[in-house]
Amino acid sequence: MDILIQQVVSGLATGGIYASLALALVMIYQATDVVNFAQGELAMFATYICWSLINAGLPYWVAFLSTLAIAFVGGVVIERVVIRPVENAPILSIVMVTLGLLVICNSVAGWIWTYLQKPFPSPFSANPIKVGNVVFGAHDLGEIEVTMLVLLCIYLFFRFTPLGLAMRAAAHNPVSSRLVGIRVGWMLALGWGLAAVFGAVAGMMVAPVLTLEPNLMGGVQIYAFAAATLGGFTSPGGAVLGGFIVGVVENLVGTYVSFIGTELKFTVALAMIIVVLLVRPTGLFGTTVVKRV
Amino acid sequence: MNALLDVQALEAFYGRTKALHGVSFSMATGGITTILGANGAGKTTTLRAISRMVRTTGTIRFEGEALERRATEDVVQLGIAHAPEGRGTFVHLTVEENLRLGAWGRRERGNLKDDFERVFGYFPVLHERRRQAAGTLSGGEQQMLAVARALMLRPRLLLLDEPSLGLAPLVVREIFRILRTINQTGVSILLVEQNAALALDLADHVFLLETGRVVMEGPSDVLRKDDAIRRAYLGY
Repeated sequence: MDILIQQVVSGLATGGIYASLALALVMIYQATDVVNFAQGELAMFATYICWSLINAGLPYWVAFLSTLAIAFVGGVVIERVVIRPVENAPILSIVMVTLGLLVICNSVAGWIWTYLQKPFPSPFSANPIKVGNVVFGAHDLGEIEVTMLVLLCIYLFFRFTPLGLAMRAAAHNPVSSRLVGIRVGWMLALGWGLAAVFGAVAGMMVAPVLTLEPNLMGGVQIYAFAAATLGGFTSPGGAVLGGFIVGVVENLVGTYVSFIGTELKFTVALAMIIVVLLVRPTGLFGTTVVKRV
Repeated sequence: MNALLDVQALEAFYGRTKALHGVSFSMATGGITTILGANGAGKTTTLRAISRMVRTTGTIRFEGEALERRATEDVVQLGIAHAPEGRGTFVHLTVEENLRLGAWGRRERGNLKDDFERVFGYFPVLHERRRQAAGTLSGGEQQMLAVARALMLRPRLLLLDEPSLGLAPLVVREIFRILRTINQTGVSILLVEQNAALALDLADHVFLLETGRVVMEGPSDVLRKDDAIRRAYLGY
């Protein structure tokens, strides 16, 4: 029982990371119908920026917040410079652009920071926290807190601020949005900025566990895809819940199904994607989008 | 003439297809003007041209300001509210959120309370349903929402595209009654309608569009008595 609780909590911790990245994917998908394959690599890049800032002597949280700001601006700039010109291109062209971004981010990160693994600090104490017989990693608990805080902020932003409302409107109905005077192009750019922020949070939270290297987010992105597929690519809340489910399932299966262990964990994520697509293609909370073609 | 809106030699294109072949008309401040015409005559396109949603040549001036080079968002900021074909409802958002968005493009930000009171006064049913997702409203309610959303801009000119489409006669009469009230508060209205009898009753000035050209214009009292109009559009 103790092991079970421990594994569930640590699953929630990684699940929070998948949730953040899945949320980033879903936000961009909803607004533009494009899956941003570079989302994970952008997150990795942001994490390297944070590492450089810490190395330059900044305190952890200052570096953390600065990185979020840089990631936001970076996301906006990428949308304006790279995505905007192909906005009206066929969907496959845009997908190719995001794949190109993926490769560029990965290579440039390797070029600047080398492919050697770097330890990345955790802001949380290294001592485990003991509750009864159950031992929790302090980083796991901190990770959950940070993710929850970010999710809460974003929920409040979208639910209660005029700008959040305008962004939702622009994503759902660009034509009507223009007719009420919303600058839809800028809303999409802001969406990219926010998505980059979620990605950066995910990267900085997962880096202490996996250690920092240019392929940091490759695996995480696959889990995030599984999470978004499970929750439904059209449902931000679903993607978040999907993230936590995937995290917990991954951990429990790895612990209790002996032949899977750590080696076949990825297969679990891919299998989840396939099963969801076969059984319920819209995901748990997604809605069917009917389009005229 | 004291023209609120002045359109000259307007041509509009969807890809290579020309939808308007040199439409010219102007409307005075404070009135209700209607554009009549059959399906495909270019009524909706004319409104879309004013809102800069379609590629055009020719000139469009609103209170002397050229609109041709503006983006849709900037036209809105001049005080032109467009309740589009199909009503343009934000179906995922609540009625209240739809209305809030209507005020987004407005120059004077200020308090929305008065505006909410005003539109809820016109359409009490929207007040009852304000927390409901707009997609769950009936067709008539969604049309009311479209008009109410447009009013949140405090517009000087209201563009209405077929507000009667698909609605029960009783609901249509109610909406048209309120349109008259709105006009009396100083909002000019440019109305596109297929229901010619209704439109002629409401409007003071009429343009008749056929295959992308203005073929007839005049005060509605005069055009109502015109034989050709009566046979083709009023059906008696």
